[in-house]
Amino acid sequence: MYKLLLSWRYLRTRYIALASIISVMLGVATMIVVNSVMAGFTREMQNRIHGILSDLVLTARSLEGVPDAEWHMEQLRTVAGEAIDDMTPTVIVPAMLSFQYDNNWITRQVQLIGIDEATQGKVSDFCMYLQHPENRGQVSFDLREDGYDTGGLTDSLGTPQRPQMEDAGWQHRRRMANMRRFERRMSGQPGDLPDYEEPLDAPGPLPAPLAQPGMDQISHDPESRFFRPAEPEQDGDLNPTPRPAPADPFAEQRGLEPEQERFDPAVRQHTGAVLGIALAAVRLPTGGDGLLLLPGDDVKLTFPTAGTPPQAISDTFTLVDFYESKMSEYDSGFVFIPIRKLQELRGMIDPSSGVGYISAIQIKLKPGFDGEEVRDRLRAAFDPHLYSVETWRDRQGPLLAAVAMETAILNILLFLIIAVAGFGILAIFLMIVIEKTRDIGILKSLGASGAGVMGIFLTYGLSLGVVGSGVGTVLGLLFVKHINEIADLLGRITGRPVFDPSVYYFYRIPATVDPWTVTWIVGGALAIAVLASVLPAMRAAMLHPVEALRYE
Amino acid sequence: MNDDLRQMLQGEREPKRRTVNPRLRTVPRVQGGLSLDGGPRLELDVLAHRPAATSQARPGGASGPHIALAQPTAGPPEKEPAGSPVAAEVHAPNGPQLRTIGLTKSYRKASIEIPVLRGVDVEAEAGEFLAVIGQSGSGKSTLLHLLCTLDAPDGGEIHFEGRRIDRLPAAERDRLRNRRFGMIFQFYHLLPEMSTLENVLSPLMIRHGVWNYFRYRRAMRERAGELLDMVGLGHRLKHKPRELSGGEMQRAAIARALISQPDLLLADEPTGNLDHATGMEILDLLRTLNDQQGLTIVMVTHDPAIARLAHRTIRLVDGRIQQ
Repeated sequence: MYKLLLSWRYLRTRYIALASIISVMLGVATMIVVNSVMAGFTREMQNRIHGILSDLVLTARSLEGVPDAEWHMEQLRTVAGEAIDDMTPTVIVPAMLSFQYDNNWITRQVQLIGIDEATQGKVSDFCMYLQHPENRGQVSFDLREDGYDTGGLTDSLGTPQRPQMEDAGWQHRRRMANMRRFERRMSGQPGDLPDYEEPLDAPGPLPAPLAQPGMDQISHDPESRFFRPAEPEQDGDLNPTPRPAPADPFAEQRGLEPEQERFDPAVRQHTGAVLGIALAAVRLPTGGDGLLLLPGDDVKLTFPTAGTPPQAISDTFTLVDFYESKMSEYDSGFVFIPIRKLQELRGMIDPSSGVGYISAIQIKLKPGFDGEEVRDRLRAAFDPHLYSVETWRDRQGPLLAAVAMETAILNILLFLIIAVAGFGILAIFLMIVIEKTRDIGILKSLGASGAGVMGIFLTYGLSLGVVGSGVGTVLGLLFVKHINEIADLLGRITGRPVFDPSVYYFYRIPATVDPWTVTWIVGGALAIAVLASVLPAMRAAMLHPVEALRYE
Repeated sequence: MNDDLRQMLQGEREPKRRTVNPRLRTVPRVQGGLSLDGGPRLELDVLAHRPAATSQARPGGASGPHIALAQPTAGPPEKEPAGSPVAAEVHAPNGPQLRTIGLTKSYRKASIEIPVLRGVDVEAEAGEFLAVIGQSGSGKSTLLHLLCTLDAPDGGEIHFEGRRIDRLPAAERDRLRNRRFGMIFQFYHLLPEMSTLENVLSPLMIRHGVWNYFRYRRAMRERAGELLDMVGLGHRLKHKPRELSGGEMQRAAIARALISQPDLLLADEPTGNLDHATGMEILDLLRTLNDQQGLTIVMVTHDPAIARLAHRTIRLVDGRIQQ
């Protein structure tokens, strides 16, 4: 009993111990905050990665792909049918994306992915990341009239506003078409074209050529063909109906127009394409997103055919939606188009049987099945020289491992902070034991045992740990709860944003509190506090009562 | 107080039966003034049981405090088996309560051995008020520390109630100090973090765990309050020691020494830090305790005037008793 009373009294009256309480408190709070933020990052990242990638992917090693999705799916079902929930065939091919913004042609390297719009949404969260609410239920490659989200992705983290998305869709397309027609008239273009019809290449030379003479010259220069890298193929029979476009209306192709079917961009669209939003978005200094393209604009894609050697072919697509997963790697690298169209363009359809080639099958597992176990079974069943089978973790393994390692190292470093607090407790306790030498003698003369005296100081150390880690936990949790407000405040005070969204691609700091982590941290802090008090407590226990009583 | 409570406060002991040296009865008793333990019980103990204890052989089944001591590791106090033939044998009913035989003790200072006690033989009868007088450095404090087992002698033996106590294991010695001995010091030695009441309760806190302490807390506080009333500190229960005067602190220390109802009170210069009048009050208190409760008191002092108030005085010179 006296142990509790005395350690309680010591706790209340020794203000020097406050120092060690504060150091324990800070250590615990920091560890909780850092762990929560790291866990939040990891969770967000895993969610994103897993949302984009299906559980398992069977990939053909050849760029040409392998024929017959149905046959492969059957094989997969026979090997691991009980675990497979859904599958979708995919064609993946490297490609170049070109689009024009204010007279500048912007070209980006992308992964072109042909997806089956009916089943793609079933194997991954692909649809959830689209910007049109209706596309989130079932993706469609038809341009929507309007109604695109202006707030970006609807998740807990919040994103900057994109008011321009309000105009996206058919309304934008019609307006752009009218504007071009008007500009063409104003700049003295041939007026013989009907109002409602324009050649396919109309989107190209948006402003008057007079405004950009330099551009004109480049376009006429035969060596600047990289602007339209696939022009010869565009005229080929692969793409008969929507005539691919030379970017330059003043070129000799103008003469071909009457023979071609007229394409009115105000009422018709090319094949739809979904772009990762980072391909078209630029961060504005004001914090919002500037968009180089809106749904309704046309883009050009250039990619190799399936033959050997591959030929580059090109086609025009209409942007129908953006894809925003907030994983910059995906958002700035993926373009999705219908798989059938891609197969047609690349020549991946067997002319005799009509069977399409595919390059990958994405597999969604039923809940409760271990992806790695199924992966190993599939690896055994499919020839590893021709196919690779990977889980989503395998595909992002290095990234996840790097984050895990960062967390581990941070934890070790921060735990050293608490260990330092432990040495503070040790030093302060040694002082308190010396200060209390006489009292220890008194207690022993009253019949307290050495173990009892030791108990006083161990209890004292434990209560320091309890108070320190208790307050630290509360502080840490409060900090985590308001971490974004605190980051904003710090940013305002220092004049520099603490958390720069353009670096992290998260707009807010994600934080997840894991009760187990908190328990471990608090337990570790308590253990350190008690361990640090063992030495002083033993010293107190071994004091000779007579010497202690004589001590003045 | 009900019986349970009394038993709890007394630990394993039955009502005290003291063996008093008949010659002590000649000492005049301080009348009136202090009422000890707030009831007639102790009076009864001392007066009614004393003849029985002195004249009769101890009944075989009776478990006295002496017997209980012989069984250090027996279970909880209340359940201690009654009597032990071995212990009964060891105890000589008419022998002195405390006896030392040839006690020697020396301290080492930088490889020079300084003898403090060179063969001390002291005897104290039960109920005696013994004063040990000596110059400072004569070893009287050391003797007291040896008597209360805080320190171990280099040679010689200490017997308490017929049983040798200087070679007991540490746990047993702690128990002895906690339950059988009361101690008073020159510098009071109260714990500064605790209030007067808590200081008085501290031996009971040491004895009982948290659970038992809270179970009997009210009774214990009552008893501590009574003791403080008795020593005249009933109005100072919540004060910290630093808010008390020297005399008040010493009274609180006496109350603390009495809370366990000890058999032997060891006082180390109890008046050494007090002015004459206050010192006399403290001594009066000690004499009253000795008188009314038959408490054996061994007091060391350097002041012959104070020693004169005891029944018997022995003089310690250069580590030896001078008759």
